[in-house]
Amino acid sequence: MPKMNMIQALNSAMDIMLGRDPSVVVMGEDVGYFGGVFRTTDGLQRKYGEQRVLDTPISEQGIVAAAIGMGVNGLRPVAEIQFADYIYPGYDQIVSELARIRYRSASEFHAPVTIRTPCGGGIRGGQTHSQSPEAIFAHVSGVKTVMPSNPYDAKGMLIAAIEDDDPVIFFEPKRVYNGPFDGNPDQPAVPWSAHPKGEVPEGYYTVPLGKAEIVRPGSACTIVAYGTMVYVAEAAARAQGVDAEIVDLRTIAPLDVDTLFTSVKKTGRCLIVHEATRFGGFGGELSATIQEECFWNLEAPIARVAGWDTPYPHAFEWEYFPGQRRVGAALKALMEAA
Amino acid sequence: MAPRPRSRLHVPHPPARPGDPVDFSYVRTSPAGEMPRPEVAAPVATLAPLANELVRVLGDDHRAVGAWDPHLEPDVLQVGLRHMLLTRLFDERMQRTQRQGKISFYMRSLGEEAVSVAQAMALRPGDMLFPSYRNQGIYMVRGRPLVDLMCQLLSNTRDMCKGRQLPVMYHWKDGNIFSISGNLATQFPQAVGWAMAAAIKGQDDVACAWIGEGSSAEGDFHSAMIFAEVYNAPVILNVVNNQWAISTFQGFAGGEQATFAARGPGYGIPGIRVDGNDFLAVYAVTQWAAERARTGSGPTLIEHVTYRAAAHSTSDDPSRYRPKDEYERWPLGDPVERLKSHLVALGEWSEERHAALAKELEEHVTKSWKEATKFGTLTEGPKLDPDLMFEDVYKEMPPHLEKQRAQLRAELAAAAAERGAERG
Repeated sequence: MPKMNMIQALNSAMDIMLGRDPSVVVMGEDVGYFGGVFRTTDGLQRKYGEQRVLDTPISEQGIVAAAIGMGVNGLRPVAEIQFADYIYPGYDQIVSELARIRYRSASEFHAPVTIRTPCGGGIRGGQTHSQSPEAIFAHVSGVKTVMPSNPYDAKGMLIAAIEDDDPVIFFEPKRVYNGPFDGNPDQPAVPWSAHPKGEVPEGYYTVPLGKAEIVRPGSACTIVAYGTMVYVAEAAARAQGVDAEIVDLRTIAPLDVDTLFTSVKKTGRCLIVHEATRFGGFGGELSATIQEECFWNLEAPIARVAGWDTPYPHAFEWEYFPGQRRVGAALKALMEAA
Repeated sequence: MAPRPRSRLHVPHPPARPGDPVDFSYVRTSPAGEMPRPEVAAPVATLAPLANELVRVLGDDHRAVGAWDPHLEPDVLQVGLRHMLLTRLFDERMQRTQRQGKISFYMRSLGEEAVSVAQAMALRPGDMLFPSYRNQGIYMVRGRPLVDLMCQLLSNTRDMCKGRQLPVMYHWKDGNIFSISGNLATQFPQAVGWAMAAAIKGQDDVACAWIGEGSSAEGDFHSAMIFAEVYNAPVILNVVNNQWAISTFQGFAGGEQATFAARGPGYGIPGIRVDGNDFLAVYAVTQWAAERARTGSGPTLIEHVTYRAAAHSTSDDPSRYRPKDEYERWPLGDPVERLKSHLVALGEWSEERHAALAKELEEHVTKSWKEATKFGTLTEGPKLDPDLMFEDVYKEMPPHLEKQRAQLRAELAAAAAERGAERG
């Protein structure tokens, strides 16, 4: 099986879809000639031409709107927003337009647009290159919001997103582009080639949207995480010696409640971990949803670990980042409660 | 020594508010027939005068003059008059039905009918239209039955939007008319994307979008212009300058120091300022822009100088912010009257024929209304199934929406049971 990092896996997904489906186009700032600031679209314009792999002006509003128009005219655009922090100029076009076109036209029109965007911190990006804004998209009916955590899922889910007739906001946790990251920046980086999820088939396959994955079965508690935090949670559980069941959510919305309910009913304890700010974060929705269904199975209050409710500071990146120490402390408290 | 001038915040004021004498001296016009008609492939740099003067074909003597005369046959002009008059009569009737409480909301296009009708007639059926909310004339041209539009206004069981959209927010896939958004100007850059896709696919269809001068202040305008220019997209971008954005006059959208058309050349796009109440001029510039787009010379920005004769909507009262007699004194007249007078001057129309046409169309509107109300009104008749609320959010309904639909069904069943029990 070939080894790929997440960037190569995403590149392979777009390569395959550009090759299979003439209606697929890739567009975004610097994605064409240069191949993207993270190299995710490297070589695609050379292979498929500049009519199908388009550099765009620096206008997220224009990128999303143009992708909508293209989608309405029969194309399947894969639009890159260079950093999730830059997505806000396109937010009205996503929320008021992309998400609503099918509904307001009673399915006469739809726009099968995939919006890829790197998110998350831990890369010395400061407050404008580190945000995790998934919750503000999860709140919007009409779009699907996903965040794969590894190369295998990234490729399979991106292909599924491109083929999906509904719009998909595809968050790429950029701290794990090159390897799983356990939250300790002082440790030597681990490459994806050393991880089973770095084994990625060359050809076409899909990983379904809307399905969470249990990445580590366990019996003592359930840790719900996604993106970079999957690996931080794994490391923290290992360090604490807790037999945690770790659920990688993969899709934020629509949410795979069945996997969550089954796991929490089994373990009776639940810790939710995300990198995004806590207040109004997606963890609140997860906590409420799990509590409504699993209350009588819970042995302790559901706990949350998240980024602090501040902007993501450049100089205090590791004090901000919800690393192993914070996750570990929450896990210890969860296991000691009641 | 004179004191040094200082910066002072300028707050634009319209020339007249209620009670003031009407003043349209700021509306610069050019004599009919004066503007040259450049070749459709002419370089942008040579087209600057079109953005600052006013393209007019119909003169004060109701004759068509000059290079922009599209030389339409009388039967085509009569069709145009018919569509404009139907739009107006439809609007009048829907306004009355709103006042009677039969529909919740309406927006008339009174005084602006030439923009939608002439433009839709100058385009091909395969060209994709991205309208705003005052473009109902395009539906007349493309032949959507009035009953269908009325059912949308009524949110009844035949509503094309299944009860999800405010009245007038129509859509028509088969007629190549995109869904209207209540968020202003969003359709402008979407139309550019549609046109980019047409170019990618090698089709020669063009896209055509409309916004008001007021919403040209949105970032969407800029995004549309940038993408249109960068990719040389086959698109016609229209700014309908009807002088008023609810209560703010066109100066609040940046119209005091420059025309809206003049923004075009700044982006490298031809800008044409046209008499929006002159059916022939609107037709001609649209034909020019469509031909330019279709033959690979890219986008055009058209500013239609017109006047919003009606209130913004049925929820608006313009007597609170503008003189009541502005429309009577509007220098570019009434588009229906002007086309009618032109046909009369050609010997191809008469007061009698006009009256007969109006009667026929009024009867058509009346008959359509009777038909539409059979499918329900706000207050009477069959109702849409609330289940429809949960459909089309996604292509396939996710489990959480199925659950919520079941919950609503139970809620409604309980309410019905209570009502039944009360009736005993």
